[in-house]
Amino acid sequence: MSGRTLIDVRDLWKSFGDNQVLKGISLELIEGETLVVLGPSGCGKSVLLKHIIGLLVPDRGEVLFCGRNIFDMSVKELGEARQHFGMVFQGAALFDSMTVGENIGLPAVERKGMRGQELETLIEDKLRLVGLEGLSGLRPSEISGGMKKRVALARAIALNPDIILYDEPTTGLDPIMAEQINELIRDTQNKLSATSIVVTHDLHSACFIGDRVALVESGRIEFVGSTDELMDTEDKAVRNFIARGRANLGPRESDRAGLH
Amino acid sequence: MDFFARIGQSAINMFGVVGASGIVFWRALISLRRLPRSTKLVVEQMQRIGIESLPLVVVTSIFTGAVASVQVSYQLKAYLPKAYLGTAIFKSVVIELGPVLTALVLGGRVGASIAAELGTMRVTEQIDAMEAMAIDPHRYLVMPRMLAALIMLPILTIIADTLGVGGGYVVSNVALDVSGKVFVDGMRTLFYAGDVLGGLVKACVFGLIIALMGCTAGLAARGGAVGVGRAATRAVVASCVLILVSDYVLTTLIYGIIFS
Repeated sequence: MSGRTLIDVRDLWKSFGDNQVLKGISLELIEGETLVVLGPSGCGKSVLLKHIIGLLVPDRGEVLFCGRNIFDMSVKELGEARQHFGMVFQGAALFDSMTVGENIGLPAVERKGMRGQELETLIEDKLRLVGLEGLSGLRPSEISGGMKKRVALARAIALNPDIILYDEPTTGLDPIMAEQINELIRDTQNKLSATSIVVTHDLHSACFIGDRVALVESGRIEFVGSTDELMDTEDKAVRNFIARGRANLGPRESDRAGLH
Repeated sequence: MDFFARIGQSAINMFGVVGASGIVFWRALISLRRLPRSTKLVVEQMQRIGIESLPLVVVTSIFTGAVASVQVSYQLKAYLPKAYLGTAIFKSVVIELGPVLTALVLGGRVGASIAAELGTMRVTEQIDAMEAMAIDPHRYLVMPRMLAALIMLPILTIIADTLGVGGGYVVSNVALDVSGKVFVDGMRTLFYAGDVLGGLVKACVFGLIIALMGCTAGLAARGGAVGVGRAATRAVVASCVLILVSDYVLTTLIYGIIFS
């Protein structure tokens, strides 16, 4: 992958009380790639993702977006930078006081002042893209967990962002729905040509979606490379994680994920 | 030592709350620049804070006026003629009982509701999602609530004043043997427009306090359902304490200095 660096994470440290979550993470995101941040639950993946979009402030380190440290930006500048991002949250984070359509249309209404037919068309287009056409009038409480993730994706891509961040997109879903979400993420990357960071603990998802994989263990990056390199590496921590991943998958899933 | 440590921690927490509400207030204030885009949200909140609180305010104010009438009549019967019953009821209701009781009742109903709503949004990452979409929660959530409370509290206070005096009027007529004409003449005696105006100024400040405490507690909520419950409790306690303290300060300022 040889493009320009869109996001450059440099020596990121973060603790919550006595719990040191990030311990000097450095990572680059190249334009056009899908980078999967892989690791066990509680290793600091989601915290890393929230730093990348400026939702958390680190104890030390910087995140450069197009060469500028987002933690040095003013509120206005950070808002402008965030317009290049779309984020799918772990629990979908849909606004429960709004309908599905209002959720998807919110960024367009608030940032572009979009109204009327134009807005309706945008909402229906995005719902079609995630396979939920005709459901814009439902409330988040009336749809399933998998559908919520799809709506969250539709909302994240409503204004065709340059970078899409996915926080555990398949967590809490049954294997069939998780597979559908994985395929949907890959389709979305192909259709929008967006650059993406996917945070997951699911080895199968990582191999299916990712161009490159960064393995995080206990707040540190243990490995960065392509999915093939991940499978071939002799690094002990990586081998351990892959072995655990294999153990969690059945032989069929393991085969489909290319985990031989 | 533990005792002093706890006092010290409480002091630090208090300064933390004051600092947090100062930042929330300031950010809501500067987002007023984008008021035209938030008009619909303000109107929506005016309905939720004002119209939906009306039944509670009606019941509270009618019975407050009625009780005040019985109390004044009982306590002053040896010292003042009944001709002054209307004077005492009117002044006590418009200067003190109307604004303060309306604010305390709304501090419970509205303050808890705002804190619970924003707190739930915080713990379910809806506010993070809003920030990630480059939508400022202070403009979208806080400013409309503060403005709506600032507008609706004086309106509800006018209604409470009217119904409170009305309640006193009816009880004086029916139970205390004071004719309507005597009661109204009493109201006219020693009537100052400044009495009503001062009460409404207090109501504006109380409205701001209720919304600000609700928003600050809600935005600071952490840790699931327990955190949301704590946020609601904190909002109600802080609102009630601040309403009573600021009532003393404002009463001294308005009636002791400005109108004296």
